[in-house]
Amino acid sequence: MKKTVLIWLALGLAGFVLLPWHMTDDGLFDPSWLSDSDAATGLFSTLAGQWWLAPAGLALLGAVILQLAIENPVKRARLTLGTAVAGLTFIAVQGLIIVRAGPRVFEGLFTGDMVMAGQPGMGAGAGLCALALLFVATISLSQSGKGQGDAFVVSTIGLIVALVAIFVFFPVVHILVRAFEVDGGYSLSEFFPRFFSSDIWGLGCLVGERSCGVGINSLFLAIMTGAGTTLLGLSFALIFTRTAFRAKKLLRVLTVLPIITPPFVIGLALILLFGRTGTITEYFAELLGWEATRWLYGFWGIYFAQLLSFTPIAFLVLIGVVQGVSPSMEEASQTLDADRWQTFRFVSLPLMRPGLANAFLLGFIESLADFGNPLVLGSGYSVLSTDIYFAIVGAVADPAKAAILALALLTLTLSAFMAQRLWLGKKSYATITGKADSGQNASLNPVLKWVCYGTALPWAAFTLVVYSMIVFGSFVKLWGINHSFTLDHYIRAFGINFTTGRFTGVAWDSYFTTLTISSIAAPLTALVGLSTAYLLVRQKFWGKDAFEFSTMLSFAIPGTVIGVSYIMAFNFPPIELTGTSIILIIVFVFRNMPVGVRGGIAAMSQLDKSLDEASITLGANSFATVRRVILPLMGPAVLAALTYSFVRAITSVSAVIFLVSAKHNMATSFIVGRVENGEFGLAIAYSAVLIITMLAAILLLQLLVGARRLRRSDRVQHVAKAA
Amino acid sequence: MTKTNTGSVRFENVVKKYGEVTALKKLDLSIEPGKLVTLLGPSGCGKTTTLRLIAGLEMATEGSIHIGGEDVTHLTATYRKVSMVFQSYALFPHMTVRENVAYGLTVKSVPKAEAAQKAEQGLELVGLAGFGDRLPSELSGGQQQRVAVARAIVLEPEVLLLDEPLSNLDAKLRRHVREEIRQIQQSLGLTAVYVTHDQEEAMAVSDDIIVMNNAEIAQIGTPNDLYEAPSSAFIADFIGDANLVPCDVEACNDAKATVRVDGQQVLIPSNGIGKGAAQMVLRPHALSLQSPDQPGLKGQISYAAYLGKEMQYTVETPVGSLFVISAVRSDPFVQGDSVSVGIVADQARLVSV
Repeated sequence: MKKTVLIWLALGLAGFVLLPWHMTDDGLFDPSWLSDSDAATGLFSTLAGQWWLAPAGLALLGAVILQLAIENPVKRARLTLGTAVAGLTFIAVQGLIIVRAGPRVFEGLFTGDMVMAGQPGMGAGAGLCALALLFVATISLSQSGKGQGDAFVVSTIGLIVALVAIFVFFPVVHILVRAFEVDGGYSLSEFFPRFFSSDIWGLGCLVGERSCGVGINSLFLAIMTGAGTTLLGLSFALIFTRTAFRAKKLLRVLTVLPIITPPFVIGLALILLFGRTGTITEYFAELLGWEATRWLYGFWGIYFAQLLSFTPIAFLVLIGVVQGVSPSMEEASQTLDADRWQTFRFVSLPLMRPGLANAFLLGFIESLADFGNPLVLGSGYSVLSTDIYFAIVGAVADPAKAAILALALLTLTLSAFMAQRLWLGKKSYATITGKADSGQNASLNPVLKWVCYGTALPWAAFTLVVYSMIVFGSFVKLWGINHSFTLDHYIRAFGINFTTGRFTGVAWDSYFTTLTISSIAAPLTALVGLSTAYLLVRQKFWGKDAFEFSTMLSFAIPGTVIGVSYIMAFNFPPIELTGTSIILIIVFVFRNMPVGVRGGIAAMSQLDKSLDEASITLGANSFATVRRVILPLMGPAVLAALTYSFVRAITSVSAVIFLVSAKHNMATSFIVGRVENGEFGLAIAYSAVLIITMLAAILLLQLLVGARRLRRSDRVQHVAKAA
Repeated sequence: MTKTNTGSVRFENVVKKYGEVTALKKLDLSIEPGKLVTLLGPSGCGKTTTLRLIAGLEMATEGSIHIGGEDVTHLTATYRKVSMVFQSYALFPHMTVRENVAYGLTVKSVPKAEAAQKAEQGLELVGLAGFGDRLPSELSGGQQQRVAVARAIVLEPEVLLLDEPLSNLDAKLRRHVREEIRQIQQSLGLTAVYVTHDQEEAMAVSDDIIVMNNAEIAQIGTPNDLYEAPSSAFIADFIGDANLVPCDVEACNDAKATVRVDGQQVLIPSNGIGKGAAQMVLRPHALSLQSPDQPGLKGQISYAAYLGKEMQYTVETPVGSLFVISAVRSDPFVQGDSVSVGIVADQARLVSV
């Protein structure tokens, strides 16, 4: 352990002496920082008068001396831990206090010309120093107890806690601070009237005088969407599991759609159908002489778009729930002379109730967080997620208002999230056990079956029509006016001049940026997500519940809120990331982390814990166990986490739209820009290309996982059977 | 494979709590080197917890644990010189049999050639030479079990732990494998701690048995001690079958006690019990059925079963229903017969209430 500590200390010192402490404008690999006065190494800056950087170097140096001077391992570990923590604290404090621009904390604490001049954001040197000190601290912590703790586990916990603190909690705290901000100070008394203002929570629409507040609008929409998606999802799930419906495979396709559909695409397709010049609108206008209206651009438009977008998610959740009702219970009910309706009404449905509530809350949260559909369709019905966006980018930028609205949205989603965890957590009737449960689920009674067919199948057909619009729309000159076939949109977006070999299409830039950033973010997401899952499933440590809660929290924070909080937190030193591609990668990693965590937990729960224990009693440490036993057996889960985070990074729009820059534009925000300019053809064509890209990625994964599973699970199953 | 680093195990005042639940109350125990000791008890008695505490998979809440004379209380499993055979075998499904057996050596960076050679020796010892290149899934249950044993012993552990190693084998194979495990343990002189809930299995393999109940030790002794001199009604009932009959000790000297039961006097070994109310332990074999005019406890047969090698009866008597096993006779008693139950005095035992 002493050796590991020394290696980290050496790296930290190298970072202090050799790397630029602050962020450089040209990036790390541009050697110009060597001559630039603004960005020198920590050591150089300290000597040049930035005395507040000295403690970082001194802490590293002090820790080295401790390693060499003290023999007693426990005493050495404790002193090193103290030194490293002091160093980390000082790096954080100086970073927050001495800044070149933006808010300062403890303004009176340090003064002087050098301090007032401030410093830019932290760079590679600072990052490496902090990382080294963090690992030195965690390794020492694991050694400072009575026994031999596990340095690998403690370090992993330390790293993930630090990352979640910096990239989830720190930004959210910024929103809170902003929400309390008034001219030149902070005020609690100003906050409450602003937070509870009738602009947000007004109920005026009920008495018919004027419109309701945006908060009420969002809440109403979310409840309607939650209820609608749950009922439709249940219909689909019942057809899928309890009837002899022939085209079940086709229904399965429905479950893949939301994963690969950028969130505003449904809205776009609806415009092509029901917009002012939409196909169906024109048809009825001609037939019945109706006036073409803008009804789509309001509550009903958003509601339809959200139902189309989120029903597949409810379907996916409810398949599991419906299948989870043990057949033997239904058979028991039938042998007790209940008919099929009574069995469904008194046995199956009550058993599904927690699952239904879960699906409702999921639809509720998704609807609140949805940004793409309201952005495209919501000109007549304002909701929180888009109002936050307009408060930032609108004609009058009002960050304080954005913060208040973000807080309102956060309150709603967090309440739903808490309800889900606290209420449903205890109320699971999961009937899936390790025991094989033979027997057959009861089929539906005829009335119920036809009700399900009657609701779900037309809806499925409607979904197919909507998706086919995405293909058709991209090949049509000008929708509603000139319906002749054209490849113009594709050529404009993805044209290549073959004589010069140059990519002339306007979309190439953002397409390549999207692919690059998603491919960098995906493995990092999988790594953070799966390590977290490992800690949650396999390790016991103090504060584990809080740890789990905080890692799942970013799931409940809507993308818009994340986006706003990131520009508020990372626009200024100490961590100045806006305008870089790093911030995009980071936002994807922490937005999508819960997906990796859940996948990892599911996969790891299926690995018998005695495999780990066998490895450990045979003298392997945790790291060797993870590397040699757990990872090889988790292959499919790793691949799934990779693809899923890749695809989610491509489709994400809400958080990204705040964070893109001219240099690093993403596909989705590019498309939204085209929609705002009314270039629907180009937008639809680009969306179609994105969908095909993601389908290809998913199919590739299926092939890889499929091939692996054939070999692997055969073996596992045999062992389990023999066991 | 002949030299071993066999070590002792000692618990001093070990307490294990999971939050509010106490899994082990102040446990003291000492296991001598080279012995096979079984932890026996009903489920939830703390025997598996005790085993996992020795392995280092759980940490003691209080007290100290010594292995081979060294205090290992705060060492995790990785750093303890013990190895374990798991109930599910826990063979790594993605590694061959040889890789599985060599795993403990590989992670300790033993040179490859040496590790492979030791693995081969280990496989030979359990009679699986030549199976090294197979996958665990290509072996039968019994073979997998032996791979698990080989994997544990190639590390030359100070203590070998076995957690219900036979529970996944069918009944016939069980007797064969337990003999093999006992032979390997004795020929290598290993200290072994064996957990089971099957008292017959425990009696068949052990030097000593530690019977546990309600998170503490109920009795420690050789199989013979436990059967012949149970210290409590629980032990008497748990080790073998027993009828427990309330009785009254009227007089006792060093060896014998005069006991009154249902109005009759019998003279039986005193087992250290003093005057007053007590319980008599009557093994089903130590009761005889006679025609009702003979002396003994009067009763009526409520159930009779023919098992080929023996007859089993349930007899309702004034002291409760008694379970009696007797040899097969040409004219067996049938349900409803009145009988007299004779007590074989020198096979009866006394325990306190």
